[in-house]
Amino acid sequence: MITGRFFASGADRRVLFTILVLLVVAVLVPVLNLAVPPDSMFHVPTFMVALVGKYLCYALLALALDLVWGYCGILSLGHGAFFALGGYAMGMYLMRQIGDRGVYGNPLLPDFMVFLNWKELPWFWYGFDQFWFAALMVVLVPGALAFAFGWFAFRSRVTGVYLSIITQALTYALLLAFFRNDMGFGGNNGLTDFKDILGFNIQASTTRSALFAASALALALAVYITWRIVGSKFGKLMISVRDAESRTRFLGWRPENIKLFAFTVSAVMAGIAGALYVPQVGIINPGEFDPSNSIEVVVWTAVGGRGTIMGPIIGALLVNTGKSYFTGALPELWLFALGGLFVCVTLFLPKGVLGLWDQWRDRGARRRAEADTPPPGDAPAIVRATPAAPAEHRALGAAPEPQPAE
Amino acid sequence: MGRKSGTILYLDGVSVSFDGFRAINNLSLVLDRGEMRAIIGPNGAGKTTMMDIVTGKTRPDEGEVFFDGEIDLTRHDEADIATMGIGRKFQKPTVFEGHTVEDNLVLSLKGPRSIFPALFHRRAVEEDRRIDEILAVTRLEAKRGDMAASLSHGQKQWLEIGMLLAQDPKLLLVDEPVAGMTDAETVETARLLKDIARTHSVIVVEHDMHFVRELGVKVTCLHEGSVLSEGSLDHVSSDPRVVEVYLGR
Repeated sequence: MITGRFFASGADRRVLFTILVLLVVAVLVPVLNLAVPPDSMFHVPTFMVALVGKYLCYALLALALDLVWGYCGILSLGHGAFFALGGYAMGMYLMRQIGDRGVYGNPLLPDFMVFLNWKELPWFWYGFDQFWFAALMVVLVPGALAFAFGWFAFRSRVTGVYLSIITQALTYALLLAFFRNDMGFGGNNGLTDFKDILGFNIQASTTRSALFAASALALALAVYITWRIVGSKFGKLMISVRDAESRTRFLGWRPENIKLFAFTVSAVMAGIAGALYVPQVGIINPGEFDPSNSIEVVVWTAVGGRGTIMGPIIGALLVNTGKSYFTGALPELWLFALGGLFVCVTLFLPKGVLGLWDQWRDRGARRRAEADTPPPGDAPAIVRATPAAPAEHRALGAAPEPQPAE
Repeated sequence: MGRKSGTILYLDGVSVSFDGFRAINNLSLVLDRGEMRAIIGPNGAGKTTMMDIVTGKTRPDEGEVFFDGEIDLTRHDEADIATMGIGRKFQKPTVFEGHTVEDNLVLSLKGPRSIFPALFHRRAVEEDRRIDEILAVTRLEAKRGDMAASLSHGQKQWLEIGMLLAQDPKLLLVDEPVAGMTDAETVETARLLKDIARTHSVIVVEHDMHFVRELGVKVTCLHEGSVLSEGSLDHVSSDPRVVEVYLGR
């Protein structure tokens, strides 16, 4: 059934392709890293595995943002907060895994607590020695925050730029809070010096490969879930809310509930991305809450093409590859490049790289079509007009033109 | 209850002000079950504000608004009121441009309005039948698979009326259904609305007098937020106060 639907339209085929690539990569890259000898040209170095694994987490974050922004019209400038919260939940588990191998050798308290002269573990650190508990928190904490935030924001009908500003304030408030030492999350330095995850050495190349595979699989799963949501009647409602909120409301739907569901699902996805990210980069600190991080996610999504499933993934990979190159070669120019990129994409590529690609393909197809059909006459004015050719690549619900957030 | 029974819409002594401006001023209006009514009036007469009050978008400062003889509409919000059976067509045709004509109707069809049924929704045969019916009535069969954005202005108006029909409301509020339509389309729309009025109660707000004449129903003229004149179109248009309002002082 799944494959049957996949071949139904171009957009669906693209989703299948994305999932397949991710599954192949999830297997192939670890094999090329672990099984192929380092001197072979097919060997993938471990640093590369970690780097691309990190990008995949970013891609998952961008996909999460796209679910609310591209499909539901909620421009969240605070999605980094959910990512960071998921990351902190994972970081707390990794801290507890260190046990007595810390600098101070305290079997219970992480180093920073010993340093702050704390005598016992704060209550909110309980349970994080268990992986299942941490995994639950990775999902629950961002989800609950998004639910509470969305409950109030959407119910009071805050939309557009005002909502964006509040999301930005949310992540900024969390940034300030997590900077404080007495919050109990390691303050400025955050959580780091991880040793093990699930009993495996976090530095080992096998563990890194496993984390990479987990990231690719998580992204593939998220693509599948997003695709199913977007293709459902609910997905069509999300687009309806984006394009004509009051029409949706006057048809008896509650846009606030639709937005709340999308926002919560998206926050959970972002949290999972953060949880996979932290063990791969080895640190989580309040910098992840920085509003500029969240804005960068918006740039990735816009560059790739919002309102599509493949777009944000491509955008995240492209921009971050560019970032890695630039910050190595011309570090002082990176921010200008990023800003310029956003301006250019907004002005010239409103549908992102993916939109540009479709445009080229369409133009080619049209040129071919025009060659063998005469130019169309004036369409009859009234309703009995002949049907126009159905849109070729009717992306799942994607609007003919992405609408501004407000 | 008394006077309210048998009415589909009952407004009594309704007033609402925005920043000191009285958009609706002691408005009373009664629509019987199954009746079609045309509402005319110059710009700023309060026609759209009246619709906002009925559909729950605006709360009146004072006055009673009852639907179906017993439901106090001032206690409900837009989504509630829509599910109770009041459909509204906006002045500017508002359809979901990013969806096909068919999907526009699917989303409008009467049915559960919560998240999880929508997530796991599968199209039923009955729904297909309803959609076929509505497409036939609104003459959009050939456009079924087209994006709503590609429709002409008149077709969008029709699609929006079709979306109202899909909701299967008891009362339809139709705001300027023929604005921007050709003469032929206007005639067709009048036919369509008269058809709908056979089984629904309808309020039509319109500027176009030819169209109102075509409908051949009781007319209410609003001015400065209250009823200026009411009766047949001939009666209303010969009312000196109406003439004065329309021609200016």
